[in-house]
Amino acid sequence: MSTALVVDYGAGNTHSVRAALARLGWQSVVSADPGEVARAERVILPGVGSARSAMEHLSQTGVASALADRVRVEAPVLGICLGLQLALESSEEDGGVDGLGLVAGTVERLRAGRVPRLGWEVVEPWGEAYYFAHSYAAVTAFATAHADGAVAAVRHGSFLGVQFHPEKSGPAGLDFLASCLSRD
Amino acid sequence: MPLARLIPCLDVAHGRVVKGVSFVGLRDVGDPVELAAFYARGGADELVFLDIAATPTEAEIMVDVVTAVADALDIPFTVGGGVRSVQDASRIIEAGADRVSVNSAALASPGLITQIAERFGSQAVVVAIDSGADLVHTHGGRVATKVATVPWAREVAERGAGEILLTSIERDGHREGYDLDLTRRVREAVAIPVIASGGAGNARHVAEALAVADAALVASIVHENPAGLPGLRAEIQGLGVALRPVRRSHD
Repeated sequence: MSTALVVDYGAGNTHSVRAALARLGWQSVVSADPGEVARAERVILPGVGSARSAMEHLSQTGVASALADRVRVEAPVLGICLGLQLALESSEEDGGVDGLGLVAGTVERLRAGRVPRLGWEVVEPWGEAYYFAHSYAAVTAFATAHADGAVAAVRHGSFLGVQFHPEKSGPAGLDFLASCLSRD
Repeated sequence: MPLARLIPCLDVAHGRVVKGVSFVGLRDVGDPVELAAFYARGGADELVFLDIAATPTEAEIMVDVVTAVADALDIPFTVGGGVRSVQDASRIIEAGADRVSVNSAALASPGLITQIAERFGSQAVVVAIDSGADLVHTHGGRVATKVATVPWAREVAERGAGEILLTSIERDGHREGYDLDLTRRVREAVAIPVIASGGAGNARHVAEALAVADAALVASIVHENPAGLPGLRAEIQGLGVALRPVRRSHD
């Protein structure tokens, strides 16, 4: 059985991501150990909480550099929601926070519609609806999918980030996770 | 703008779903996990669990329920009832809930809204407002306060709430439609999404609510016939409301 590492940064709801992995037949471990992050077959950076406390946690534990090293050697990293936003260079959240810088771009507060944006949106060009719950969104040239004008997915090298929550998006979300885990 | 959401609400006491769930197809209509999974397969966009017993011993049981639900469910869910502190909220979110709903505790100490939002993000904080005669009520709608509904809605949004769950006490349980005027006034007063609650009797009522709110809470209309949820969704869509396309699950 394959194992995925879910990064613990102190505020994350790792439970749901692990439950989704289990449904797909993957074992998972929760860790904030940079050595384990470096060695893991798959790494998922989940997303709940604030950008500042997440970045502080990732920097203090050394996981921030372990993630950068992974991307440098083209080992896969999947960022979900805040996990996507942390991968960019900086965020407007919490008065301005430096990100991991794995992907060129910034994170800005949503300015259209009701914020937080909560609910299901069809992601284009994929044509499937996924669940979103966020107040900030990525602004980057590396976007590969959008939902109602906001970036829904980002791909750069071995980093893939999604703004929606595949672990909370029903069968479509599970299919998405399965396809992420099966890619090389 | 996200698609309109249809949200079944399950009342839970002592770890069991209570109040009017009737369906022969379920092995155990009182099991929150089984009912939640059934609604998820039927196309619920989200679920709300309200702990209506909400005593200190009950809190322990509720954390177990949340853990079991989170293992089984692949859609978001909110847990309310008995959330009085950031610690209460943390326990529920760490057990796997996406959001917590606060009601009386937010009235007693409004700073709680901000504290939870700072820790878990605004999207994790729902403030439930039970409104009767434009006044906020507590204790399951039985006790009126002097706080006016619309200004309170504005205040909770300013304090960091991510959504308002607005229940009309007058309409709740009567199945004659949601309080559209109240819902409209509250939603116009804030920039966060609003869930309409109280009064659904048929698909038309829900469609009317979704024209003035971001989501609609439903209870008895689905609990009477859980297998009718896909049909209800189809009827609502037939009335011109866009809901998410629901795919069949793998099992």
